[in-house]
Formats: sequence, C-alpha cells, structure tokens
Amino acid sequence: MSVVLEAQQLTSVRAGRTLFSDLSWQLAAGEILHIEGPNGAGKSTLLRIVAGLLQPLEGEVLLFGQPQREDPELWQRQTLFIGHKPAVKAELTALENLHFQSRLDGVQLDDPWQLLETVGLLGLEDIPAQQLSAGQQRRIALARLFYSQAKLWILDEPFTALDTRGIDLLHQRFAQHLEHGGALLLTSHQPLTWSGERLQRLRIEAADE
Amino acid sequence: MNNASTWQLLSAIMRRDLAVALRRRSDIINPLLFVVIVVTLFPLAVGPGPDILGRIATGVIWVAALLSALLGSERLFRDDFLDGNLEQLVLLPAPLPVLALGKISVHWLLSGLPLVILAPLCALLLKLPIDAWGILMLTLLIGTPMLSAMTAVGAALTVSLGRGGALLSLLLLPLFIPLLIFAAAAVESTLVGTSAYGHVLLLAGLMLLTLTLAPLAVAAAIRVSVN
Repeated sequence: MSVVLEAQQLTSVRAGRTLFSDLSWQLAAGEILHIEGPNGAGKSTLLRIVAGLLQPLEGEVLLFGQPQREDPELWQRQTLFIGHKPAVKAELTALENLHFQSRLDGVQLDDPWQLLETVGLLGLEDIPAQQLSAGQQRRIALARLFYSQAKLWILDEPFTALDTRGIDLLHQRFAQHLEHGGALLLTSHQPLTWSGERLQRLRIEAADE
Repeated sequence: MNNASTWQLLSAIMRRDLAVALRRRSDIINPLLFVVIVVTLFPLAVGPGPDILGRIATGVIWVAALLSALLGSERLFRDDFLDGNLEQLVLLPAPLPVLALGKISVHWLLSGLPLVILAPLCALLLKLPIDAWGILMLTLLIGTPMLSAMTAVGAALTVSLGRGGALLSLLLLPLFIPLLIFAAAAVESTLVGTSAYGHVLLLAGLMLLTLTLAPLAVAAAIRVSVN
C-alpha cells in the first residue's frame, strides 16, 4: 500500500512545555491512525500541525512524499480538517451552511436534500443552526465528509455530541473512505469498532521536562 | 481533491458573510444609528445657529464615522473565530490576503457604503453649505474603505484575546488620525473656496496604500490568532 502521510521526527513545544518530541509515523492508503492520550497530551496540536494550522518546532510532515511547506495550497486541496469547533454558521440554516461549505470545498452539490437525509437533518433544514442541538450542529459539520473527495481526513474528536446512530453512520462512512484509498487521522476518547491491520494506534503521553 | 479556484472561494466567502450579516441586521443598523444620533444631538447642544454648525459639521460627521467604525469592530472576526470558521479560512486553498480583502470588502459594503449614502442627511442636519456636500461624500467614499481595512487589522490582531475591545480602540484610533485630518482639510478648503484636489489625492493615495498592505497584515494576524 502506498504511503499517504508521513511524519518525520515531529517535535512540538507549547507554552514552554514539550508535548511530544521525535515523533515519526507513517499512514498508508486505507488506514486509520487513532491518536490516543490523556487530556492536554498534545493530540489536537498534532492534528493541527498535520492540517497546516501550526508549525512544528522541528520535523516535517509529508503528504504523498511532498513536504507540507513546499506547496501548502496543494496540501490544503487534498486534506480535510474538522476541528473541535464545527465551523457552522449559527445564523444560517443547515441547508445554507451545506450550500456555502460545499462551495468552499470545491464541490457542486447535486442533491443537498439527499445529503441532509443521510446525516439525519431532513425536516430541520430551514431552522437557523443556533436553534439546533449540539449534536445536530455537529451533523451539519460532518456532512462535509459525505461529499468530500479529499484523500486525507483529519478529524478532532468527530464523535463528540453524536448519538449512537450518528456514530454508526460515521463509522460506515469511514469504511467507504478507506475502501476508496483514503486515509484517516483522528483523535477520539470513544473506542473505535475497527480491529486488525487497518487501525494503527499512536499514544502520546504528556512528556514533562 | 478541492479544485475550487481562488475566485470561487472568494465569492463563496463573501456571499456567506453577506448572508450572515443580513440575518443580523441590528449589527448593521446600530453604527449608522449612532452616527445619526450624534449628528442630531449636536444642533441641540451647541445651538442651531448655522455659522457654528456649518463650521463644525465636517468634524462632527467624521468623528462620528470614526467612532461608529469602532463600535462593531470587535465583532468583525469574533464569530468566525469562535465557531471555527477562521481556522477553516486559513485552510482554504487560496491566498489568505485575498480572502481577507474579501472580508474587508463585505464589511465596507455593510458599514462604509451606507455611511456615504447617509452623508447628505447628516450634512443637512448640521447645515453644511451645499457646495461642500459633494466633497464630504467623496472623502467618505475614499475614507471608509480605509476604516474597514484598518479595523480589520486591529480585529484580527485582538480576536483571540477574549476581551480585546479597549485595546482595539487604543490600537486603531491613532491610525485613524491622518484620515481625519486630511478629510476635514479637504472639506474645509472647499468651504473657503480653494481647491480640495491635493487633499483628496493624498487621501486616495493613503487608501491605496492601506488596501494594499492591510490584507497582508490581516492574513498574518489571522494565522497568529488561530494558533
């Protein structure tokens, strides 16, 4: 299997504290990397480094062998990052949020209603997002995954606020993504139902000086 | 793979910002209302004599415009920062300064442009001689994009600070002062019958400089803020 993402000797220091140092790993097409660790261990920081929001103190991240710094724009075209904050506009309805978000993702939505149905928001499409529950807002954000063509998904706690059906749905979608040769990098405190070769685990411990 | 061009992304960002702003009309109306209230209060306070009012009209309108620009300034990137759209903005495959210029343009459309349109009403209330109305509107037309751009720089710098309001005002007001001086001077020279040409050209030059540099500063500030 081809290597999608590679981290080389990543070191990150935040607020004078070393979060991780000399971290190296590889992620092949069709694989999940599940980053584990206690709160404050640096999981989100690692994800933000891979997404391109933060610079590591040392080390490099490569996507298909291309360093991130070389062509950030190409990098951003091939990755999709959903962080803690859902990036849903509270004033806009679910449908409007999907409409604008899909344009920003460079996708022409043929059937937004179908997408709404898939993520379980049909019937709620004309309510401003601020009146929806946290889980429903999360679903608006995660709807991006159902049309995304990005090779690498970077998801920070995607299961937060989702009900069990939502979690199942997400698992199914992850499986499709992996089958199509995508790769997935995620943090989660929920156990993942995957087992075996596809799932890699990386544990980060807060390393004190 | 996201194949959207910079232009498509820019247009999507601007449309979304407009859609969001139109859902929060009070945020658009508040600063304008502030200007109108200040302008209506002055004749009551200093007396309705046209000689005094006409003399201070330009100053009052411009000071009100500057202060109203500060009113909503904190909000410019705050919501985007809180709901995570600011970090998604950084991750879009387009030059960030271009997107920043888009956001500045939307801000100007909703705050600066209405002010330009409102200017004749303010001028009338303050008994500004009618020959100077055109030049007042022209200075506002040139000056308000600068207000939006400079406000955006300040807002982007302070967005991650939580309560950056006081700091933001301190940061921005000194930057507004050259604008105030040249705009007032342009109207003043029309009133005394000399040419305002030089002042207007200076203002236009300042505007071009600001609109060129501010998006770069905003982009850099956003990158720091989402860290």
